[in-house]
Amino acid sequence: MQKGGFNFDLYQRNVELIEKNNYKVPKTTKTGTTIVGVVFSDGVVLGADTRATSGPIVADPNCEKIHRISDYIWCAGAGTAADTENTTGMISLQLELLSLSTGRSPRVRTALTLLKNFLFRYHGYISAALVLGGVDFTGPHLHMIHPHGSTSTLPYISMGSGSLAAMAVLETGYNSKMGEEDAKSLVHQAILSGILNDLGSGGNVDLCVIKHKSMEFFRNIDTTNSKRKFRKKLPYMFKSGSTKILEKQIKEKMEKMEIVNEKESQIEELEEL
Amino acid sequence: METYLGEKQQARQWSPYINNGGSCLAVAGDDFAVIASDTRMSLGYSIKTRYSTKYLKITEKCSIVSSGMQADIFTLHKVLKSRAQIYEQKHGKPMSTDAVAKLVSRLLYYRRFFPYYTFNIVAGVDEDGVGCVFSYDAIGTLERVKYSASGSGSSLIEPVLDNQVALKNRNDIKKEEFKLTKEYAIDLVKDAITSAGERDIYTGDFVEISVIDLNGTHEDKFELRFD
Repeated sequence: MQKGGFNFDLYQRNVELIEKNNYKVPKTTKTGTTIVGVVFSDGVVLGADTRATSGPIVADPNCEKIHRISDYIWCAGAGTAADTENTTGMISLQLELLSLSTGRSPRVRTALTLLKNFLFRYHGYISAALVLGGVDFTGPHLHMIHPHGSTSTLPYISMGSGSLAAMAVLETGYNSKMGEEDAKSLVHQAILSGILNDLGSGGNVDLCVIKHKSMEFFRNIDTTNSKRKFRKKLPYMFKSGSTKILEKQIKEKMEKMEIVNEKESQIEELEEL
Repeated sequence: METYLGEKQQARQWSPYINNGGSCLAVAGDDFAVIASDTRMSLGYSIKTRYSTKYLKITEKCSIVSSGMQADIFTLHKVLKSRAQIYEQKHGKPMSTDAVAKLVSRLLYYRRFFPYYTFNIVAGVDEDGVGCVFSYDAIGTLERVKYSASGSGSSLIEPVLDNQVALKNRNDIKKEEFKLTKEYAIDLVKDAITSAGERDIYTGDFVEISVIDLNGTHEDKFELRFD
């Protein structure tokens, strides 16, 4: 009986499926992405673009990449879309249960530990690169988490395919004495830089400002880059009959109902109690 | 070396070809042709330049757009331009569109064993004043068609043209009743390439569009998304 370690039982099956049965390994939707986090005097600002790509095609031009871990702990995710969503969802669940059982409000470092331990167990196969930011009773925190499970704590962070474009802006504009408006503007510019210069990022800018017991989510704060520049005046008209009707079947939506047994509602009784 | 997903990791081999992305299309009417291409040049996930022309006007009645590797596009256009000039100086008249189409085919096949990484479309008006579009593969296979799209957005554009120009899968309108007007064609081409720009990351920035008829060529430019 194998104890611990990896189980490679399905390896043979996978190889055979691909070679003999022409199984096509499904393409994962990556988020491409530019995600950014900056610490300022009273809290943290998280930013993200909104493009999800499947190879060279835009799968979703306006998706949400900033996920809620708890009320004042949020997480932006880059990498495989399913991985970031499910990972942050799971840790959000675990954190809620933990905070209920301990009777204490959750800490950012707890979310960090849960995330890094989870990702490390999968040795990088779960492709989720995260920017975790929040304000708990110990103050504002900002961390970056790599798919293999390593973490760093920094005053400003960028991740995703557009991270270099965003980091260029952050390195130029960051100073440790920034206030809320400066931080919001810096994050906005950094995400814009990713959207314009990186092909894996695009769409709108999402911003999330977290302070002590306060959270403001600016969904699509900047939509100037996602406007369609030309649309032809005459619409595409398809008159009825454009698509050939081969067979028609009309079914009644609801069959006749017969009232067989009348039972008094039990709800009123319970309310009296 | 195989990973558990079954992908084989091959040793990296140097390739002389790269794909700089971009989309091109052309539509022919009864007495005109519309030809368009975007101007974005990409490499991997980066944009190298937002304006790099893929369009060349060969004669007043004939133009070419190409997608693929920018270096080969540039060289092919250079060679084509000089060959057209030589012809004009030798024969005292500009090349006809059919002659240009054949010349492009021969230039491409000349490099059969080290092809130009270009996917070309030639469009214009022929000797009878009828609009024409010629589409090619990388080694010069020539086919005269009513419309064509090439490049990274071609699979997004071609079905739209199939439905709106060739009226495929349409039972509401008869081919005999449908007349492709110049305004309709221009709007359709602009709309199709804009739609490609929405969903294809390699298509965007600017579009060079030109309308060719018996009076000559009218060139125009418009913007696409920059993200």
